[in-house]
Amino acid sequence: MTTPDPTQPVVHLAGVGKAFPTKGGGETVALDGIDLDIAQGEFISLIGPSGCGKSTLLRLVGDLIEPTGGTVEINGKSAHQARVDRDYGIVFQAPVLFDWRSVEANVRLPLEISGVTGDERDQRIDEMLELVELGGFRDHYPHQLSGGMQQRVAIARALALQPALLLMDEPFGALDEMTRERLNAEVLRIWRATGKTVIFVTHSIPEAVFLSTRVVVMSPRPGRISHIVDVDLPQPRTEDSRESDRYYELVTEVREALRGRVKVAAAAVPSAERARAEGSFG
Amino acid sequence: MTAGSPTATRPGLAGWFSQRAGRILPPLVVLVVLLALWQILGQQGLIPRPLSTPSSILNAFSEHSEVLLRSGWATLLEALGGLFIGTTLGLVMAFAASRFIVARDILLPLAIGAAAIPLVALAPIFNNWFGIANPMSKMAMSAVLVFFPIFISATRGLVEVSPGALELMRSYAVGETEILRKVRIPNMLPFFFTALKVSTTLAFIGAIVAEYFGGTSEVIGRVVITAMFAGNFGLGWAGILLGAFAAIVAYLIVSAVERRAIPWYISLRDGEA
Amino acid sequence: MSDEREQGPPTGPADDGAAGERRRVPMPYRALGPNTSAWSSTSSREAELRRDPLADPEAGEIALDVGDVADDVAVHTRRGAEGVVGRWQTPLGRFARTALALALFFLIAGFIWETLKWFGGTPWRFENVLGTGVDYFHDPPFRVLQFSDRQLPHIWDILYELLEPFRRGSEETLLEFLLASALFTLRQAIIGFFVGAVIGIAIASIFVHSQRSERAFMPYVVASQTIPIVALAPVIALAVGLGPLAVIIVATYLTFFPVTISQLRGLRSPDPRAMELMRSYGASRWDIYRKLRFPASVPFLFTALKVAATWAIIGAIIGEGPGGVGEGLGKAIISFSQQYITGPEKLWATILIASLVGIAAYLAVRLAEVLVLRNRPGASS
Repeated sequence: MTTPDPTQPVVHLAGVGKAFPTKGGGETVALDGIDLDIAQGEFISLIGPSGCGKSTLLRLVGDLIEPTGGTVEINGKSAHQARVDRDYGIVFQAPVLFDWRSVEANVRLPLEISGVTGDERDQRIDEMLELVELGGFRDHYPHQLSGGMQQRVAIARALALQPALLLMDEPFGALDEMTRERLNAEVLRIWRATGKTVIFVTHSIPEAVFLSTRVVVMSPRPGRISHIVDVDLPQPRTEDSRESDRYYELVTEVREALRGRVKVAAAAVPSAERARAEGSFG
Repeated sequence: MTAGSPTATRPGLAGWFSQRAGRILPPLVVLVVLLALWQILGQQGLIPRPLSTPSSILNAFSEHSEVLLRSGWATLLEALGGLFIGTTLGLVMAFAASRFIVARDILLPLAIGAAAIPLVALAPIFNNWFGIANPMSKMAMSAVLVFFPIFISATRGLVEVSPGALELMRSYAVGETEILRKVRIPNMLPFFFTALKVSTTLAFIGAIVAEYFGGTSEVIGRVVITAMFAGNFGLGWAGILLGAFAAIVAYLIVSAVERRAIPWYISLRDGEA
Repeated sequence: MSDEREQGPPTGPADDGAAGERRRVPMPYRALGPNTSAWSSTSSREAELRRDPLADPEAGEIALDVGDVADDVAVHTRRGAEGVVGRWQTPLGRFARTALALALFFLIAGFIWETLKWFGGTPWRFENVLGTGVDYFHDPPFRVLQFSDRQLPHIWDILYELLEPFRRGSEETLLEFLLASALFTLRQAIIGFFVGAVIGIAIASIFVHSQRSERAFMPYVVASQTIPIVALAPVIALAVGLGPLAVIIVATYLTFFPVTISQLRGLRSPDPRAMELMRSYGASRWDIYRKLRFPASVPFLFTALKVAATWAIIGAIIGEGPGGVGEGLGKAIISFSQQYITGPEKLWATILIASLVGIAAYLAVRLAEVLVLRNRPGASS
């Protein structure tokens, strides 16, 4: 694993495009002309309607699929090299834990693959489990845990090799609102404690705004970046942050961007009134 | 056990007993009733003679104990031999099929077809190939029956890995061998053991049925057939029960091995918390 | 099963357990039943295990339905994902796929057969191949006894034998004789199959409504199949008198168990929420059975019927065999195995016909399955 150069963007996307061949000889263009630079320590959310290519974009960064155009660079290397060097950890929408391994063994998987052994390995596993607050469940099996707990194990596993970059693909999509909010807070805590760069794909506007330093709004057909919202909420963010005026404004800005109406939020209209007019979030 | 059931709340030893009793008693009662009925009806001549009676069967066990034991042992060896051969071949072929598309395209249709045909019809062929008195002829029959379920299940287990798991492993940039060791093989184990349990029964079926078509005189199949044809039904049924007993014991052993090998699956399947 | 299960999501951080504390965790998703909630790949895997007989048949089932394995494997392999779309997805398409696999079986088996003889059989000697005036001679590099013409006749010799009269003093060809025998065996097997299916469905229906009967009798149902039951076939034949009845009984016996087990699982398979819906309509137990449980069980039933069809045939053949019952395939196998020295082709021809009968039975059930289940999603497995 290489030490990232603080002046260089961790993730550099230039003119990235992805087209999939369809039956009958045609093509669907999933992504077109994506330009994005992500600096060290940022928390980026990708949000957009179905078909906007956000998950595809995440997978391009992870070199799980190949772009049909443009370049993807991670830490100055090609995405392929970054994957070979295991520079990132990934959390999927489903926890994808191995049924036959206990929680501890699941977190151990990347360490085994990387050839980390002995005390260092055990220590790392303990650290990770402490980080996600599942220390008491090392010997449990996945099917004995709730969905939220399984995702926390998946997060611990993704962090096991201490990669500089963390990719998360709608990790909390299958969970209920309250669990999701709680896990949001946990992800932020981990992010602050480890200083990693995070790319987070989500469907949820409140989640995107609460977590991120920047929200990248995407539009579909073909997938493009339509707007980027700078989230200037102060850190550390807590549950109270979710109730601040600025938060509502940013959520509105993101929502409007999603609707195709780019509107920079002004403080003119009292936000409580606006909130009542909007109804519930998400 | 639901929260509402009365035995759940009774404390201590009495509670433990009632819980066990609730599980074992009904089948036990049925067994005793059936045996009693069988004995009575048999003695009164109210059921066909070939069905014998529990008492005649017990007699046969004591009178012909050495023959039965030797035959039981011989058949057991045939079945286990066939089980071993069939399982080994099945696993080897499954690995080949999971790795090489060509092997898969050839072997899968073969296995699917073979599952629909009466393989036991091959018993006389094996008797001719290896010699009627050669236990190998019976082992071959068992091995053929055992091979297909093992091959099919193991192939499925090796191939049908969740795409999410494969994507995860790709993110770790590991090669096919690692994926085989860390993902495919553990994934295959439940499928394999399920098929192994089925195959254990099949191995005994193969051995005994092949014996029906011919074999040395001291194997279960021949003991049963000759006894039945000679009108010695007690001995015939004794032979059958012995064969069944051996098959059940083998099955239980495989189940025990399964429990040790894949405890996580047992827990998942049986819905334990 | 735990009494601590709750309905609904975890209620707060305390439930998920602080570090260092080992607590029995309430499992909300499980409370809703095995096939609900896609919270985790594990619970859906669990649901899959409970639905897929091949992944987890109940103790003691003696065979696995393998017909649709090809589809499953194809979906999971790179090349295969496209192989299971389009035309193969229609009901008749799925049937055609199975039939094709079986046809392929014969082709591949035949190819391997002749290849083995090529390498280790008796020398191949043909004069005037197919009337072209060409002679052909081949001396295999090895000699394996089992591949000789005595033990493993050439396929064309077997097929030729089918078209010849097989008995002195009669014009009847072997093929006609075997087809008549097959019909005889088939008659018994079919009767036994249907009777066994009805019994199996009945027993499963009783078990699903009465836990007490299930607990009392299930161990016997299971044990009856862990015993090498097929081995009992000739015994039953002797017991009941060497006649068609014996064969029917054997076929019935071999059918009822897989049907009972699968049907029971099928009757229990409906989503508990669907059950709740029915009860909210004030439906009686009979209504629930007719409108929910039974329709839900049909796919499971067919899985068992495919297995049972094959075993009913096998049971019929073996039941006839050693006792020489009637005029069926079992008797033919016995007679021709005795004549093996003079003419191995006849025995192989019998085995071929028996195989075709087995396959025909399987395909018949498969066709019925594909048609009955044509409107269900992903019906083939």
